Amino acid sequence: MDNSYSAVMSRKKDILKRATGIDYDKLEISPIAFDYEGLMNSCEYSWEDVQRILQETGVGNTPLVELKNLTELVRSISPPGKGARIFVKDEAANPSGSFKDRRAALSIFHAEKLGYKGVVAASSGNYGAAVASQAAKRALKAIILQEVYDSRKVGQPEILEKTRACEAYGAEVWQLTVGPELFYIMLRVLEETDFFSASLYVPTSLRGIETLGYELAQQTFQQEGRFPDMVVVTHAGGGNVTGTARGLKKAGSHDTVVVGVSVDLRGLHMASDLDFNRKSFPTGHTGFGIPFLKWPDRTDVPRNCARGLRYLDRYVLISQGEVFYTTELLAKLEGMERGPAGNTSLAGAISLARELDRDQILLVQETEYTAAGKLPSSQLTFAKENGIEVRRGNPKESVPGKTIVIPESVDQIEVEDFDIEKIRYSYIENAIKMTEGYVATREDILFLAEDSKTTFDYVRETVESLNIKTAN
Amino acid sequence: MTDSKRGDLVQIHKIILEPDQRPDNLPSRTKSVPYECWIKGFLINEGANVGDEVKIQTFIGRELSGILYQVSPIYDHNFGEPQKELLSIGNEVRKKLERT
Repeated sequence: MDNSYSAVMSRKKDILKRATGIDYDKLEISPIAFDYEGLMNSCEYSWEDVQRILQETGVGNTPLVELKNLTELVRSISPPGKGARIFVKDEAANPSGSFKDRRAALSIFHAEKLGYKGVVAASSGNYGAAVASQAAKRALKAIILQEVYDSRKVGQPEILEKTRACEAYGAEVWQLTVGPELFYIMLRVLEETDFFSASLYVPTSLRGIETLGYELAQQTFQQEGRFPDMVVVTHAGGGNVTGTARGLKKAGSHDTVVVGVSVDLRGLHMASDLDFNRKSFPTGHTGFGIPFLKWPDRTDVPRNCARGLRYLDRYVLISQGEVFYTTELLAKLEGMERGPAGNTSLAGAISLARELDRDQILLVQETEYTAAGKLPSSQLTFAKENGIEVRRGNPKESVPGKTIVIPESVDQIEVEDFDIEKIRYSYIENAIKMTEGYVATREDILFLAEDSKTTFDYVRETVESLNIKTAN
Repeated sequence: MTDSKRGDLVQIHKIILEPDQRPDNLPSRTKSVPYECWIKGFLINEGANVGDEVKIQTFIGRELSGILYQVSPIYDHNFGEPQKELLSIGNEVRKKLERT
């Protein structure tokens, strides 16, 4: 069998069909539109099934904690009457230490039900550990593929810790160097083993996160008598935002503002061997966040269930230093020691809470566990070893890949709004460019309006103006 | 007497793609280096030295081959050094809360 890069990539459709059990062709409506709800429902589990399956392996029903000291601190630097109550959903309480257990639980159950002997996941983060943990519970074998090392064989400490966790759960782990060929290796391993592809972007992965959004709404309602005004979610591939927003709606919370937060790593190239170890956050950052909003169908499967642009009301950025500072606040003021990457949304929340009224409720959607390799001290030691300057100062002076500036005081924590309307336009532009020569129908325009969270008229005008451009 | 014997926990190294086998649309530095990986398992060969071509049984019982890289590999990621840029934050914010 020809195992060269191009040969394997040319077989990807068949390999993935065997490895996911999903026939994506059946869901295509046109070159532009596909049946999204049909895809989300293709895994035939009812809402009650999903909740029961997660409960079986100890996933979910995590505590909702009000951060009273942090709220008080934020109020002390807010205008009078401002400073919403900040709550956090302690997802670190899940079996492998993050909300990713919700993404893995249903997928692994599904793999076992379909008769697969094992699962494969390409993940350098908590998702790999979640898959390995759930596979152990369901007696399936697990192979985890991780992008860990640069060409000097220097490993990002966060990811080295994930290797340890995956191996602790009994998985076979491939520690790879930098490169998008991670997808190629995944295809080869799937072909050799006939294992299930535990992709982050298939329905079983997304529907697990809906339980998180649902719990957020339910718990807040039970404890406080109303739904949260704002939920802040870390955004990378879009699954977190999508699942949380859908879950909120399922619980009846239709007015909650959903804000996505990414760590600002603009300027760093994600496939660069040189840039790889110049960042302190392997995920939850703009390197995934922006491209996945502009074009979600860039994943290991033909159509992505994670469609962040459909569900985001607002998109903001935060710097690495602000997240490290926030991690210190959570430990010292609230007695909760949690991993920095999982505090990206909390850092955003500290800034956003100042915009809201005192009696409003702002919910931070996650935390993650912490261990060697993950703490701010691990990451900052590593950053300094890799030539990054670390100092206290104004975080606005941070330059990703060059400096990490840790705020001097909490009032310097400030999100940067990313122009989401520009992203919505880019997405529509991409959809038209990708299908050059095809003329969008009314159904396509309706699909694009939903997918971009705009209107029929806006999409139609945009498509017309783009067609005029290309016709010239 | 070899570096490792049958059944020892070892780590192998594999070159998946040489630079000229990697796709073209990569940053130049990435394209100029091989795509490699490291995997752990239990040595199948009777005995082997670092640098030998060996077979291992992985943690899920699969047989893989590669070059013996390390015997009894340890996890050496750690908590790092104390960071002066972080150490005072806790007391700073406590003082601020006490004042309000």
